Amino acid sequence: MHKRIKAKGAHILLECLQREKVKVIFGYPGGSVLDVYNSLYEADINHILVRHEQGAVHAADGYARVTGDVGVCLVTSGPGATNTVTGLATANMDSIPVVVFTGQVPTKLIGNDAFQEADIVGITRPCTKHNYLVKDVKELPGVIKEAFYVARSGRQGPVLIDLPKDVVNQTFEFEYPEKTNMRGYKPTYKGNKRQILRAVDQIMHAKKPVVYAGGGVVSSNASRELYQLAKRMNIPVTMTLMGLGAFPGTDPLSLGMLGMHGTFRANMAVTNCDLLIAVGARFDDRVTGDLNTFAASAKIIHIDIDPTSISKNIKVDIPIVGDVKEILKEVLVCSKGKRVKKTERAQWLDEIEQWKSKHSLAYDMGAVIKPQFVIEKIYEMTGGECIISTEVGQNQMWTAQYFSFNKPRRLLTSGGLGTMGYGFPAAIGAQVAAPDTTVIDIAGDGSIQMNIQELATAVQYNLPVKVAILNNHCLGMVRQWQQLFYKERYAHSTFDMHPDFVKLAEAYGAVGLRATRPDEVEDVIQKALAVPKPVLMEFVVEQEECVYPMVPAGAPISNMLLL
Amino acid sequence: MRHTISLLVDNKPGVLSRIAGLFSGRGFNIESLSVNETLDPTMSQMTIVTRGDDRIIEQINKQLNKLIDVIKVVDFESSQYDFIDRELALIKIQVGDRTRSEVLSIIDIFRGKVVDVSRSHYTVEVTGDENKIAAIIDLFKPLGIKEIIRSGKAALLREKK
Repeated sequence: MHKRIKAKGAHILLECLQREKVKVIFGYPGGSVLDVYNSLYEADINHILVRHEQGAVHAADGYARVTGDVGVCLVTSGPGATNTVTGLATANMDSIPVVVFTGQVPTKLIGNDAFQEADIVGITRPCTKHNYLVKDVKELPGVIKEAFYVARSGRQGPVLIDLPKDVVNQTFEFEYPEKTNMRGYKPTYKGNKRQILRAVDQIMHAKKPVVYAGGGVVSSNASRELYQLAKRMNIPVTMTLMGLGAFPGTDPLSLGMLGMHGTFRANMAVTNCDLLIAVGARFDDRVTGDLNTFAASAKIIHIDIDPTSISKNIKVDIPIVGDVKEILKEVLVCSKGKRVKKTERAQWLDEIEQWKSKHSLAYDMGAVIKPQFVIEKIYEMTGGECIISTEVGQNQMWTAQYFSFNKPRRLLTSGGLGTMGYGFPAAIGAQVAAPDTTVIDIAGDGSIQMNIQELATAVQYNLPVKVAILNNHCLGMVRQWQQLFYKERYAHSTFDMHPDFVKLAEAYGAVGLRATRPDEVEDVIQKALAVPKPVLMEFVVEQEECVYPMVPAGAPISNMLLL
Repeated sequence: MRHTISLLVDNKPGVLSRIAGLFSGRGFNIESLSVNETLDPTMSQMTIVTRGDDRIIEQINKQLNKLIDVIKVVDFESSQYDFIDRELALIKIQVGDRTRSEVLSIIDIFRGKVVDVSRSHYTVEVTGDENKIAAIIDLFKPLGIKEIIRSGKAALLREKK
């Protein structure tokens, strides 16, 4: 038991954070949180001063994805709080544990349209897992305990705590609770045994099984169990964008990503399989395309911790609610000693191999740099031993296609919300979490400018994040859709003006490098990797390059536009 | 299909807004809603009447359960439960020398009550299931309803016989 301490709310807050083993806060001060910052002055918690509150949440999110622990933010009321909304929505869609503390005007002013007042609890209700307005300092320790528990348990997600200025100023003799007691929140971890046995039976008897693995495998740290299952039963594995790295991308059983920009073999395998084992995935529209033809002749097993994900889009035959890791362990135990007929699986794998040789990922080389080539080079030169973040659009899809992720928590990308400007601050958070690992943000020339101000953060804290801008002078994915579906009417998707990215990097005190020809690519990457400083690499790439294969939105995923 | 869902929730500020936000944000319908404190003042009971096909109703139930402030969800229709539901209506109706006795006899038949009287109007209180309320309104209509207010539905499980 910890002893009781009499202290001000601000001090209590920091004390509680230390009890939760928080090592770093990404934040930005302002009027309503001055008391908290005043206490932070002497506290033993690292604080990273970002340049925009959105950057703070993305950085905390990146930190959380890399470590698997909760990322923490601290911002002021009003605009400081509203600037966190995109970051919260991003973390919410991707189920990332983040706790955001926002300042609030004093309780007696709430509702008065006071200076820098925003109803942030009201605003963020639909984009957080849960949120709190603390009206009395006595509630503060319990709320913090609950918030961290909610963020990191069950289907993880962001939690916001709104702290009125007078509350953090009140004095209270507090004790940090050891446990939470929430009568409305009891996540299920253990899967139903009968359902697990039914699933095992299906897995043993299927002739054409496919595992469809999502971000849930990553957040549940279940990669090893998934690997054992796939290997033991000889089942090919396809992954969602969020699932990349959950199963080694270079393994012969890996089909790569499925869905709109998935591989031909992954989409064909899912379309033709007789058993789909969905693990920690949620049948998102970018994955399924037309629901009626998605794995239409397959039995579907769905393992997920969130009951609302099950049978939301697709009717499932064997639902198993619970923690992916626990359930996969059970599946492995229950199937121990059972053997599948080797020949049957071999036939299926052979069929998949044929799809692979028919259409695999490819691009042409010419006088201009191809963006895919840059990503392949980065993979080659790092040996895949780095953390990659992406922005959103073509850069994100090419990364998913051309970089093989062999380990989980190596790809940070805004999968659900598709937030441009996510990658760079997320990379900063990742670098804070893993100071000795190379962190590279693969960016587009559009998205990098959405949070470019964080260059100052990277330089100030000497975080040697590398940014690879694939500069096609346009919003590539928007342009691609305009080319394919809007009769080449390129409405406002081309940038006629860009800053000089090399000079921009230098102005911030970072290193700027540029490659305009394919033979310069390797040299630029090599230099960037060698400098222990933040580096902005600009690769001037082919503007007309499109991401292929592609399934038009809402079409069957076997209906692919191929290169 | 129409479903009556009973919710036990934490009696905290913002809970109603979370539930209303869930319905609007996910495109579900609320046909009627009533909320009240339970015997335990830390909890409230809600009765929500909603509509949707099986898939939507399943989602509504699961999404409600997922809310952290929601303690218990019982969908009366989706189960073997038998339940009683009641609404309250207050109806302000015009009365004159020729209609007074007819109004009073209707009230009597429906076991309603006159709760306010003025020279030209009665305010009638009537409770019952939806059909009963609809029936009395139907009878009152030609006599001249001035104003009407209906509560949301309140529902409770029947005890096993």
